[in-house]
Formats: sequence, structure tokens, C-alpha cells
Amino acid sequence: MKDGKKIFVNGSFLIVESIARAGADTFVGYPITPSNYLYLYSSKRLPLTFHAPDEITTLQWMSGLSATGRLPITATSFPGFALMVESINMAFMMELPMVIILAQRLGPSTGTATCGASGDLLLIRGMISGGYPIPTLAISDFKDCWELPEKAVKIAVNLRTPVILLTSKETAMTNRTFDITSLKEIKKVERKFYSSDETYIPYKPEKNLVPQFLPLSSNKHQIRFTASTHDQKGVLQHSTKEALENSARLYKKIVSNLKDFTFYEYDEDGKENLIVTFDVSSVVSKEAIRELRKEGKKVSLLVAKTVVPIPDIYYEIISKYKKVYVVEENLNGELCEIIFGSKTPDNIVKINSIGKMISIDKIKEEVIKNG
Amino acid sequence: MDKKLLNSNKLPFCAGCGHHLISLNTQKALEKLNIDPLDVILVSDIGCHGIIDKFSNSHTVHGLHGRSVALASGISLGLKNKDKKVIVFIGDGGATIGMQHLLEAARLDIDLTVIIHNNMLYGMTGGQASGFTPKGFVTTTTPEQSKTRNYDICQLALSAKASFVARVITKPDFSDIIIEGLKNEGFSLIEALELCPSYALKMNKNMKLKDILEQIGEKEFVVKNDNYRWEYYKNSTTDLFEKVKILEKKYEHNLKRTFCIQLSGSAGEGVQTAGEVFAYGAVLSGLSVNQRGSYPVTVGVGFSTSEVIISPEKDCTYNVNSPDFMIITSIDGLNVNIEKLKSFKGIVYLDNSLETPKTDAKIIKYDFRKFGAKNSAIFSLLYLLKENKLYPVESFIEGLQITNIKEKVALDKFKEELKI
Repeated sequence: MKDGKKIFVNGSFLIVESIARAGADTFVGYPITPSNYLYLYSSKRLPLTFHAPDEITTLQWMSGLSATGRLPITATSFPGFALMVESINMAFMMELPMVIILAQRLGPSTGTATCGASGDLLLIRGMISGGYPIPTLAISDFKDCWELPEKAVKIAVNLRTPVILLTSKETAMTNRTFDITSLKEIKKVERKFYSSDETYIPYKPEKNLVPQFLPLSSNKHQIRFTASTHDQKGVLQHSTKEALENSARLYKKIVSNLKDFTFYEYDEDGKENLIVTFDVSSVVSKEAIRELRKEGKKVSLLVAKTVVPIPDIYYEIISKYKKVYVVEENLNGELCEIIFGSKTPDNIVKINSIGKMISIDKIKEEVIKNG
Repeated sequence: MDKKLLNSNKLPFCAGCGHHLISLNTQKALEKLNIDPLDVILVSDIGCHGIIDKFSNSHTVHGLHGRSVALASGISLGLKNKDKKVIVFIGDGGATIGMQHLLEAARLDIDLTVIIHNNMLYGMTGGQASGFTPKGFVTTTTPEQSKTRNYDICQLALSAKASFVARVITKPDFSDIIIEGLKNEGFSLIEALELCPSYALKMNKNMKLKDILEQIGEKEFVVKNDNYRWEYYKNSTTDLFEKVKILEKKYEHNLKRTFCIQLSGSAGEGVQTAGEVFAYGAVLSGLSVNQRGSYPVTVGVGFSTSEVIISPEKDCTYNVNSPDFMIITSIDGLNVNIEKLKSFKGIVYLDNSLETPKTDAKIIKYDFRKFGAKNSAIFSLLYLLKENKLYPVESFIEGLQITNIKEKVALDKFKEELKI
């Protein structure tokens, strides 16, 4: 490491600097371990910072700020996230861009605040009433801390939606040496607001099923944001055809644009063994694979970065392999359940752990035993 | 001004409901102030009052039950120009659910005008008693009269330092009070009292709002306090990288492979900082580093562990199967590692004060606490470094400087003790 400029920072540092460069301009939050560094750095870095008295207020303030054209973010952990769920549903229904960074910790309930985990994925997949997927990206390593926040902002703006950026204690609070000359340039995500003279219809979709956005500061067009079932004008309806179509559009909007936010890492080596993983288990999986390959074992790797919804390409990749190992730091395999359902097929081996990162040896043992 | 606030004379409320009067008086106040509907953002939520947004020519935001004040606060804070009036319609049910939001907006004097449609029960869901139901009031859930007293939301708002608070009995014209609320460039709360015709009037025959107020010792009033100004825009922001040290390699290490050092001691004894010093020292010697902490939830109590992985490779591993060295400087540090020590195969540096645990590992004992508890963690790492020559001691000492603790530790005594 003779070349380059090295710094020694935690993952939160990179996430905040990156998301600020991508155009997030407002932080709203309430401190909670292990997201405190995200809170601290955001307070220093973003032009607007608001310290909310709780997490419900946080998401409501963010929604209001977003409705005026700002791009708010927050950072929290499960107990705070749980309080936000109803309001995230509201922001999803109102189609308000924002990014919620969720630094996972050991549950259930308050669990252990200072212990890492990847245990909130099933919650996220089911959190929008009606089974709607909320775009979710999972950070797997420090490189992702830099590169995924920009993508999260882009999805939020381009699809008019809240986006969840998933990380964990082991990334948000761990310090590492990092070469800043290797950093990709982060571009500010451009925002285009409705500019026509024609009457603005707040929920009239464009071709990509996303309605154009117009902030509440307008004095030319009437703007409506509505959390309840509503028509294209944003007027509350019981269950008219137009209103139900509008609700269904919210689903289609996410899945039909999934190709634009499908992010994963695929490292192919043979057709026998595939490790599928996400979040912090990705880095230990990579170590295990490196050692297994040294020992002559062929093992491929799929790191899922887009985790909600699940892109089709994951199934295409998985179908090529005889044995698939799903490695994740939770009790019973949440990514595994989202991909394969409640009953795991026979060629799938789940490798899990709670209370500590999965060890390299444990992954190696399972691959050697089964592969 | 071309348009009125309301786009219809037929509002969606039951005959005789006070919600009509609130909507009409809001319209009248805006007319008198010559405010265009598109300069108004009407924020409502769940409850009969919330159906109004369909009938409004203003911008409308229709949110979650009880959250409209917080949602409107976000809107008010986000508006660049202050020519928009943000008005919140909320019911007494919403005001209990979202009371924190009300108090917070009052405390920060956020520029809003909140009109609480207080009909003293939950009208939309069947006339149940609310926290605003006064003692003696009959509702569907208190058919024998309510036995509990009600919130005084106006006093609560005043306690939270609201700059404008008014309580008013809904009447054909109370627009002047709304005008005063709208003129206040801060948090205005107007509690408008009404009787729900579907429930309250039927169950509390001949009851007058004036009498209720008298009975519970409250009255109509208007209070204007000084406004509270706070600056929440930062004039400039700085790239986080500008404040971070670029760490250039100054020393040479002799490592041929990755090592992991786990330091465990007591919270408050500088374990995390010592780990950082060790990490910085390694970086200055050209190593790549991964450092993480582990400790209980309460910051200053119990064990504290810092795990530092140092590697001659470009990218340090994030995790190892087991550390190469464990340093334990206190009983808290020992207790948390008892299980791990049983199968540990590396070298353990143990403070003299501690009983030797069950382990197959090689144990090296030393008086790490010799220079006091606060020096124990940092001293033990320097000891380990000298013994194992993982990287130059000078690099570690520079790590002390980077973390600003060089002057706080007994460095001269360490050097003398270790003959450095």
C-alpha cells in the first residue's frame, strides 16, 4: 500500500460524505446505537440538520421537508425503524423521495444495541401494507459505503419513493484503512420538477409509471399529497377504479424499474458451489472463498446488493449451481426465505449466526462438508 | 385574489357540526388577509375534519392520524420562502396521538397555525371518549358520564412556549382570532370547541359549551408571546475529508502475515482509544487495518473490547477466526472472555491481579495496571508491541499524537519500564 492516500475511518463516514455529494441536503434523526456516527457526521456535513424528539416525528418532518423539494435522509436502528414504519408507508403512498439508512443490530426488540446483525430484511420486505416492495440496497463492504448511497438517492429521486439503505453495526462503527484515491466520483443526482403550464396532476404517471414531482412552494399549480387511497389528482377516494389503479401502480412502478437498480456482485468459479450472501457476511464469505480456492475448491459468489425486490438475475445465477450456500448473520436465513420461500429446497445450505460475525472457518467447513 | 379557499358551499360535514364554522372562518380570515389559496398549504389528517382537503383550493397534504402537526412542521421548515401559510386541521383524537408533535412545534416556534377541532370525543369512529372529554360528559363509551378529567391543551402548548394560543367556542364569526394566528410568524394554536351533532348533542341534551368550560374551570382566551427565532440553515458545509488526516507511511514493518490483537479491559479505562492508537501506529507503518469495538450498551460500565486486525496486504480482512494475541487488563475483560479462553490457542497477556483462567493458551503475566487503570490499556499494547515487534514502537508513539492522548499517558514511565 505504498501508493494512494490512506485514511482511517468508519463506514458511517463514507456513507455520509457520499450521500451528501449525491444531493441529500437534510438530515433528520434521533440518536440510536449503532447509527450514531451517521447522525454525528450528517450533522456536520449536511446543510440542514434537525434533531427530532422521536422517530415518528423524524419521518414526518422528513416527509414534510421532502414535499417542499428537499432530499432528506435519516439513520436509525430497528427500535427506531419500527416507530417509522407507518410513516414510511405514508411517504411511500405520497411518493416522497428520501433515504432511510438502517444500521442493523441484534434483535428481537431492543436486543443488544452494540452487537451486529442482518436481521431486518424480512421486516423490510413486508413493511408496506399490501405487500408492496420498498427499494432496498444492502451495503456489503466499505466500497459500497461509498458507492451505494448515491444509487439510493438516485432511486429515491427517479422513482419518487422512500429508499432503504441497509447496513449494520459492523460496517457503521468499524474503522478501516481506506485509500481515497480509489474512490469513484460521486455526482449530484439531478432533480427535475414539473415545469409545464398545463394543469399539474400530482399522481398522473409518466411512461415509467412515475408521476412528475412539484414541490409545495409552487404558486402556479395546486399540489396534493395524500396518504389515503386517492385518484390521480390526489383526492381521497374509497375504492374507485382510478384510485385502485393508482395504488397498484405503486407496485408496478418499483418492479418495472427494477432493472435500473439491480446491483450485485457475481464472481464465477465453476458450476458446483455458489455462496449467496448480503450485508457484512459478504466480506467473510469472500475471505472463505479465497481460502477455499487456494485449497483447490471451486466456489462462486453472489453478493446481493439490491435486496428488495429480488431481481430475476439472482434466480438465473442460482439455477446454474448444484449446491447453494446462503450466508447471513441472522437466526434462520432471511434473504434465503425471501428468495426461496418458507421451505428451503434440498440443494440449499443455510449458514447463519447470531451475536457474532460468521466465521470464515464455519463457511469453509460447510462448503467442504456439502460440496 | 381570484379564488376562495373552499371550492364548494356544501361541505362534507353533518348538519350542525362545528367543522363548518371552522372551515368557513378559515376562509374568511384568508380573504381578509388577501391570501391566495395557492399560498396556503392545508395539512390535515384522519378524522371527520380531514375530509375537507377535497374541498380546498389550496395545496393540500392529507397524512396519518395525529401526525399532521409534525408533517406540517417539516413543510414549514423546508420552505425557502416564507410567503406560504401552513395551516393544520386536526381533531382532539389526533391531538392526543400527536401531542409530542404539538409540543415540539410549540417549543421550536415553528411557523404554523394549528386549529384543533375539539368536539371532545372521537366522532368518526363512534363517539368514544377521548383525552379531551371533560368530566361529566356522556359519550358512547362513558354512558354514565366520563369520570376522568380532560387535557388542557392550551396550557400544555403555553408550557411548551407557544407564541400564540387561543381557545374559542366555535361561533358564526371568530375569523379575527384565526387572523391573529396567521399573522403570528411562529407557532399558533387555536383550540376551537364544538359539540358533535351525531353523538355529543344527542347524549348531552341542552349542554352548552360555555357551561362545560365553566364546569371544568377553563375559559376562552387569546395569548400572544414573543417569538423565538433560531437559525437552522448552515451557511456552508465542509467536505468530511477535509478534516481527516491523510496517513502517510513513515515506518517499516516486518509482518509477513495478518495478525489480530484483542484487547479487553474495563469501560472507562481507555480501551477503545488504545485500540485506535495501536491501529494508527500500524497504518503509519504501512499496514492495512480493521478495528472494531465491542462493549455493553452503557458506555461507562462493564467490559470493553477492541479488536485490531493488522495486515501487510492491501486490503485488511474484516474478520478472523481467532485472534493471535489476547490482552486482558481487568476482571471485566477476563469475565467476558472466559468461554473464549477455554479453546484459545494463541498468547494471552494477563494482568498480574487476575487469576489464571482455564486455557491451553500460553499465558504471560505482567503488571499492566502499574501506572493506574487509565494507563493500563495503552501500556499493555506497547508491551505487546515491544515483545512481538509487529511494527516499530516509534510508529505507536506517533499514534498517541494523532489521537491527542500523548500528553495524557505516562509515556516516559512506560519507556523506562520497558527500556525503550
